[in-house]
Amino acid sequence: MSVDINIKITDRNGETHEIVAPTDMAMNLMEVVRSYELAEEGTIGICGGMAMCASCQCYVISDHQLPEMTDDEDAMLAEAFDVEDNSRLGCQIQMTPELEGLEVELAPES
Amino acid sequence: MITTDILIIGAGPTGLFTIFEAGLLKLKCHLIDALPQPGGQCSEIYPKKPIYDIPAYPEILAGDLTHKLMEQTKQFEPGFTLGERAETIDKQDDGTFIVTTNKGTKHHAKIVAIAGGLGSFEPRKPKIENLEKFEDNGVEYIIKEPELYRDKKVVISGGGDSALDWAIFLSDVASEVTLIHRRNEFRGALDSVEKAQELKNLGKINIITPAEVKGIIGDDKVTGVAVEKKGEDAVIIDTDHFIPLFGLSPKLGPIANWGLEIEKNAIKVNNALDYQTNIPGIYAIGDVNTYPGKLKLILCGFHEATLMCQSAYKRIFPDKKYVMKYTTVGGVEGFDGTKKEAPKAVVKAIE
Repeated sequence: MSVDINIKITDRNGETHEIVAPTDMAMNLMEVVRSYELAEEGTIGICGGMAMCASCQCYVISDHQLPEMTDDEDAMLAEAFDVEDNSRLGCQIQMTPELEGLEVELAPES
Repeated sequence: MITTDILIIGAGPTGLFTIFEAGLLKLKCHLIDALPQPGGQCSEIYPKKPIYDIPAYPEILAGDLTHKLMEQTKQFEPGFTLGERAETIDKQDDGTFIVTTNKGTKHHAKIVAIAGGLGSFEPRKPKIENLEKFEDNGVEYIIKEPELYRDKKVVISGGGDSALDWAIFLSDVASEVTLIHRRNEFRGALDSVEKAQELKNLGKINIITPAEVKGIIGDDKVTGVAVEKKGEDAVIIDTDHFIPLFGLSPKLGPIANWGLEIEKNAIKVNNALDYQTNIPGIYAIGDVNTYPGKLKLILCGFHEATLMCQSAYKRIFPDKKYVMKYTTVGGVEGFDGTKKEAPKAVVKAIE
């Protein structure tokens, strides 16, 4: 049985998209953004999702309980630009049913 | 002028494998890459990470894949122009091309194969007003010549391996080294972190954390930086050089202005035939190209390189007859005089 969740993503131009994300395909938020082409190809997910670049940085707007940051993600964000307290790397946020209603905004390209 | 049959732009896995496939057809290759070493992303971003979808390798580290490819292509004596970025291309009247790098190195080739991945790696620049004004006047993003810092004051910012390693290295060269990072924690190899700690204790490196460089002071040349420690007012630190080390990010760069058809930051190619672009004689292979159903996988790049070389051969020798030969049958004859071949079976009577 597939469980889809509804999430809101504001792109780098400020436009908000209400989209449906599958939770049964082992997808993370960065991949969801790419699958809907909400950021230009080649400007997001450059390292492929290893928390080794910060091209998928986003600001989490809703107050969902998110998976805890790994040391890798934490260290990468320490070197990224435009970092805020609610910054996360999209590639480290797996799509799960608990994230129904998640709202995020993509950080500027750097 | 460097001359070659196929000029490959990008020395990542796809570019490297092209050397081998071209070599089987007796075509010589030369590669240009903006990075100082071959391997592309595999060397620069994730050398220690495993890859699981290289056929016949259940697991191989990205760095090892690069080494294996270098070993496999060695027989074909490829040339390399490293640390330079391909800047312009000029098609000659005879259909050949001259590609010039940002440092003015010229390459003359019959065929150009762009295997540029996501683009050339450019330093990530922190958002500091007037930063670009001081570029090459005290602001450097890449350390090319450590002697430049001999007996000078240096401020490095960043929290990764390169910031740590250069701070350690320059502590013996510069008169004063200050390392600034937004966090108290640094991310690097354990011995680098320990070494930096030791040098700090000895007073050989000045470490300021959690802090950020917010401004640059100077008229024509850097004379200082404004450093803001979390929750405190900015202080000025006198320095001759400011070196922000925040890693590299790939940019398609000048290739985007070569008149090639671009879609989604990638070069459109004919995937029904040979991965040629809209300009005959220029091919695009690997992650840098796009076509319906494209997958950015190393193994797809290998396939594209192979077909591209066959097409390049036909373009260079339109009238020569040729059929593809299996390496097991024909062996592999290098340009260096070596030959790999299957051992011959013994034909001998049994008494």
